[in-house]
Amino acid sequence: MIDHQTQTKPPIISAEDLCIFYGNFRAVKNVDMKIVPNQITAIIGPSGCGKSTVLRSFNRMNDFIPNCHVTGKITFHGHNIYDEDVDPVQVRQKIGMVFQKPNPFPKSIFDNVAWGLKINGMKGDLSEPVEQALKQAALWDEVKDHLKKSGLSLSGGQQQRLCIARALAVKPDIILMDEPCSALDPIATLKIEDLMRELSKDYTIIIVTHNMQQAARASDYTAFFTMDSDRAGVMVEYGETSHIFTNPQDKRTEDYITGRYG
Amino acid sequence: MREQIMNHTLSTVQIKPASRVPEFLRKKKRWNEILIQGFLFFCGFVSILTTIGIVFELGKESLLFFANPDVSLLEFFTNTRWQPSIGEFGILPLATSTLLTTLIAMIVALPVGLSAAIFLSEYASSKARSVLKPILEILAGVPTVVYGYFALTFMTPVLRGIFGEQNVEIYNTLSAGLVMGIMILPLVSSMSEDALTAVPRSLREAAYGLGSTRLETAVQIVVPAALSGIIAAFIIAISRAIGETMIVAIAAGSGSNFTFNPFKAAETMTGYIARISGGDVGYDTPDYNSIFAIGLVLFLVTLGLNILSRRLSAKYREVYE
Repeated sequence: MIDHQTQTKPPIISAEDLCIFYGNFRAVKNVDMKIVPNQITAIIGPSGCGKSTVLRSFNRMNDFIPNCHVTGKITFHGHNIYDEDVDPVQVRQKIGMVFQKPNPFPKSIFDNVAWGLKINGMKGDLSEPVEQALKQAALWDEVKDHLKKSGLSLSGGQQQRLCIARALAVKPDIILMDEPCSALDPIATLKIEDLMRELSKDYTIIIVTHNMQQAARASDYTAFFTMDSDRAGVMVEYGETSHIFTNPQDKRTEDYITGRYG
Repeated sequence: MREQIMNHTLSTVQIKPASRVPEFLRKKKRWNEILIQGFLFFCGFVSILTTIGIVFELGKESLLFFANPDVSLLEFFTNTRWQPSIGEFGILPLATSTLLTTLIAMIVALPVGLSAAIFLSEYASSKARSVLKPILEILAGVPTVVYGYFALTFMTPVLRGIFGEQNVEIYNTLSAGLVMGIMILPLVSSMSEDALTAVPRSLREAAYGLGSTRLETAVQIVVPAALSGIIAAFIIAISRAIGETMIVAIAAGSGSNFTFNPFKAAETMTGYIARISGGDVGYDTPDYNSIFAIGLVLFLVTLGLNILSRRLSAKYREVYE
């Protein structure tokens, strides 16, 4: 199912036989997924199929959910990030995250971006890296004259780009985006999608979206998840976006992308 | 009613549009609603009436006090001696000991209370929380008179053991202040914890997503985001300490003393009021009237603190969706 290009480039992160449990309930089962570097990978599927759960397992964000545990492996830089001696704090430094609802800190625009740098030990004048991150997130021109204003004073789309800038500032390898446009209007959504395209030159992006058009427009690879008969999420099909959308191999994928289900 | 309608329909006089409304749409008098609404309004109004009553009574009696030729307003606020029996009416010694006990109590209650709140909201497992919270609530439910005797019969001997019996008097403000801090601790921790848990989870996740540790997230993101609530908790704690009576009446000593030495006995404003109102001072003597003047000062101070608390928390309030 996974095409030739995937196999030629070594994956930057990969899930092997990944199962995720909430208590005794298996929410996601047997996911095998190799993420291609410097590409945008979209995870699509109906509500409740475990898309976000899988995404959050890539940087151990599920650690904060009581009773949530993971079996299988997620290999990053050759190591399973769920190994005993792996520090989840370090993992999250390398694998950043952008959330469904823009969630800037109640701090100034500048401090929103600078905070991640400070906690990662950067000292002195941070205006250079902050400016760079804001430029990368295509927000600099809109905010450069009022960096001291609260991050919460921005519009929704600007807030989300601020959150992206904040994530970029700490120089992660991978950026996880959990339905980053679901709270935004269409124009702000397009801006974020353009930005993702631009960012994929330097970063690897994994995005969960419930918007099929968005996956088709903005991603290079698409993984389709659905809920199995035992209510566990499963990955049905994974491959180049153009293939998935024009020539789905599985009946369930076809039903979903043609709108007959979900 | 029916007769009226009949008359209207029979006569050719212009009928009001309202009466054309069919029975099932017509406005009804809901007596029970009116009654209950009135009762609720009355209950709300009672608190306002009470406040007005208190201010009136305090003001009236204070006026009597200040009308006394032996008393002057300037002297009241500047004289460092409070000895009504020889006509010395300076509130300062009472005020400084109130300040001292409050300060000591806050040194205990604020940092420990806030730390406990941070632990409960950011670190504790649900199991630890289910054990700790009830214990803190028990602490909050202990009668203050029990705290007073705890100060006198436990804390004071401990302090005298540590600092020496020649240095620490049997009645002292340190012991009263420390125990008052313990008493107020649950208030600070539970109000601060409410403020901390109200911070949306998404904010914590954002911080963790940048590779921050639990401590960095708690101290640098969650606490600042909850600052308005925490400040409100602190100020209410200060008001509570200023107004606390039983502990200081029992453990801080009776007899005014203009000192900042926490090892010495010194009567606070509330302690003085408690002693005089329960004692055998004659009605309408300056001694007796003086407690109303002190009560008025206490009332104004706590009122000021409440206003400050509202101002500050409005200033620091962050807007979340």
